[in-house]
Amino acid sequence: MDDILLYSLIVLGVLGGILAVILYIVAQKFKVEENPLIDEVEATLSGANCGGCGFAGCRAFAEACVKSAHDKNNINGLFCTSSDMTKVAAVLGLTVEVADPTIAVVRCNGTCENAPKKTHYEGADICAFAHTLFAGTNGCPNSCLGLGDCVKKCVFGAIHIDKEKGIAVIDEDKCVGCGTCTKACPRGIIEIRPKGKNNRRVYVDCVNTEKGAITMKNCKVGCIGCQKCLKECPFEAIEMRGTLAYINADKCKSCRKCVDVCPRGSIAAVNFPPRKPKVEVESVNNESKE
Amino acid sequence: MNPKKTFPIGGVHPEENKLSSDKPIITFPIPKQVIIPLGQCLGAPADAIVKKGDEVKVGQIIGTAKGFISANVHSSVSGKVTKVDEIMDHTGYRKLAVFIDVEGDEWLEGIDTSDTLVKEITLSREEIINRVKDHGIVGLGGATFPTSVKLTIPKDKNAEFVLINAAECEPYLTCDNRLLLEKQNEFLVGVKILMKAVDAPKAIIGIEANKKKAAKQLHKIIKEDKYFKGIKVQLLQTKYPQGGEKQLIKACTGREVPSGKLPIETGCVVVNVASTYAIYEAVQKNKPLISRVVTVTGKSVKNPSNFMVRIGTSSTELIEAVGGLPENTTNIINGGPMMGKSVSVSEFPVIKGTSGILMMTDKEAQPRQAGNCLRCGKCVNVCPMGLEPYLLCRMAKNNMFEETEANYIMDCIECGSCEFTCPANIPLLDYIRYGKNKTGQLIRSRNQK
Repeated sequence: MDDILLYSLIVLGVLGGILAVILYIVAQKFKVEENPLIDEVEATLSGANCGGCGFAGCRAFAEACVKSAHDKNNINGLFCTSSDMTKVAAVLGLTVEVADPTIAVVRCNGTCENAPKKTHYEGADICAFAHTLFAGTNGCPNSCLGLGDCVKKCVFGAIHIDKEKGIAVIDEDKCVGCGTCTKACPRGIIEIRPKGKNNRRVYVDCVNTEKGAITMKNCKVGCIGCQKCLKECPFEAIEMRGTLAYINADKCKSCRKCVDVCPRGSIAAVNFPPRKPKVEVESVNNESKE
Repeated sequence: MNPKKTFPIGGVHPEENKLSSDKPIITFPIPKQVIIPLGQCLGAPADAIVKKGDEVKVGQIIGTAKGFISANVHSSVSGKVTKVDEIMDHTGYRKLAVFIDVEGDEWLEGIDTSDTLVKEITLSREEIINRVKDHGIVGLGGATFPTSVKLTIPKDKNAEFVLINAAECEPYLTCDNRLLLEKQNEFLVGVKILMKAVDAPKAIIGIEANKKKAAKQLHKIIKEDKYFKGIKVQLLQTKYPQGGEKQLIKACTGREVPSGKLPIETGCVVVNVASTYAIYEAVQKNKPLISRVVTVTGKSVKNPSNFMVRIGTSSTELIEAVGGLPENTTNIINGGPMMGKSVSVSEFPVIKGTSGILMMTDKEAQPRQAGNCLRCGKCVNVCPMGLEPYLLCRMAKNNMFEETEANYIMDCIECGSCEFTCPANIPLLDYIRYGKNKTGQLIRSRNQK
């Protein structure tokens, strides 16, 4: 009995030793020289592998940063939305301008209240599938289907489907603006926009391209393309894309004049303090009537 | 007649509910206005060639086919075009359509509107195929695949059989059954035309055993008249999806269509009953596809009926004609209950692919709560293509489209047997359709490279 145990130990021990030596030699022989900076850069990144930078994961992005710093002595054009780029630059001994933070915006306000459900949907809970099947429970072919393809894709847990509203809602604190959700949405409702000063931003909360009369039937807050905002905007920040108004974030100064004139309430102004001068708003309305 | 045959694996037998099988086809009165969508077939929609204010006659072409897989669209009434605009179809999306206000019933010259039977086929092979193409004939079983494409046999292939799909395995639908009972002679001449068009010596009419009366009548005519030599009536077991193209070929000829290949590989051309009748009308009477038989039915519908309807008639008119929408109707289905699509708007025009309008109350169409997969394997047992629906469903759910391809998702015929039998009410077919769609995209993008 003891012999068997002894022999086994000796055989396995010797075998293990020989294999360890071979492995060591092979490892030394085929060693890949890597810049230790890559590891350091990677450590500063969020590690979410969201793909928002355009690279296949954080490691690839770190490699690109180190390569760029080595070749061009800057990391211009490389940007990770989910980490602090100043830290990345510090590791590489460079400085970098802090870009404006961005955020994903769900451009649909077709909540159960604003766009009442007309039909009932039973079936696979995949937006991409429901999109091929029918226009949506509220009848609007551009509205949020609320089945959560974007939720499944978000690695930061920043999107959820509001059960009462029936549409996707973004958590401002968690969203880093990587843009994965914009690709997941089959209707292109989600857009990456600058977060704006003090988190305040103005945008058209609708992507509907149908004619006004049809939109009116489906949704209380859908853009009908009346162009009132276009005429009102003093900064020429609004353009028409077919029958849909679009606010150019670079030109917008957040004056909120368009919000006041919109007859449908399709333009959203987020995080602004509540306004008091109601009188002014009424006078604007009266003028437009006259 | 031969004993019953069937396909070897899978299949289900849902309640037949053929409520309107004894109701003769009623010619539906011409409506005041028709809306004719331009996209009525699988493939590209037609281009409108009429504009507002144009006068059109019955049978006049109003939309020309765009591309190979596409079909012409004809006016089903005479009158004035009021507009060419978008209309909500049964999916809720907007599609281009021609709106025509009806004035009288004036037919285009050269169309034979009489009921006399014309037996002699004077056109040549190419002429028949061209006629079928020009007259906008598509598969009227529901898939609306342009028939002329089907009849154009590749040069290296040979057609041995014309298979007529008279199975009508969908519950509720009776339109093909009625056509077989009322227009047998016309239908059989249609079969002869098809045989000539594809140069096939034999034809088999596959008919389910629940339509024995029609089968016996056809058998009698074929036996008595030597003109119909070569046509055979084959009784099939009443089982869903007996009318599936691949299932029908297997049942009637014992041959199997290879994965990813077309039925012509086995020497068969499969055509539906209603399409055969439409081909007869087009070839012998020069009449384009402007009307079809629609079954309007449902368990709580007062008077389930079969109507000969002009294309473009509104669904609401048909529903009114059978006694109105029953109370508590929750589902209106365009087509049969198995393959048809639930509509999201109650008013939609009848198109070439509308074989039935089925109304279901809340009690029949119980809203189902999907549970978790029980691993019971029932879906695998009933799949007529021998696939594993539970596996494909899970792969599609997790966006694993290379794996779905390796598991032959593209062979799925979307019959819905798996979903019908699933005790956990999992919308298997939905996930598989989604997977099929995405896998198809994957394959196409790979082929382009």
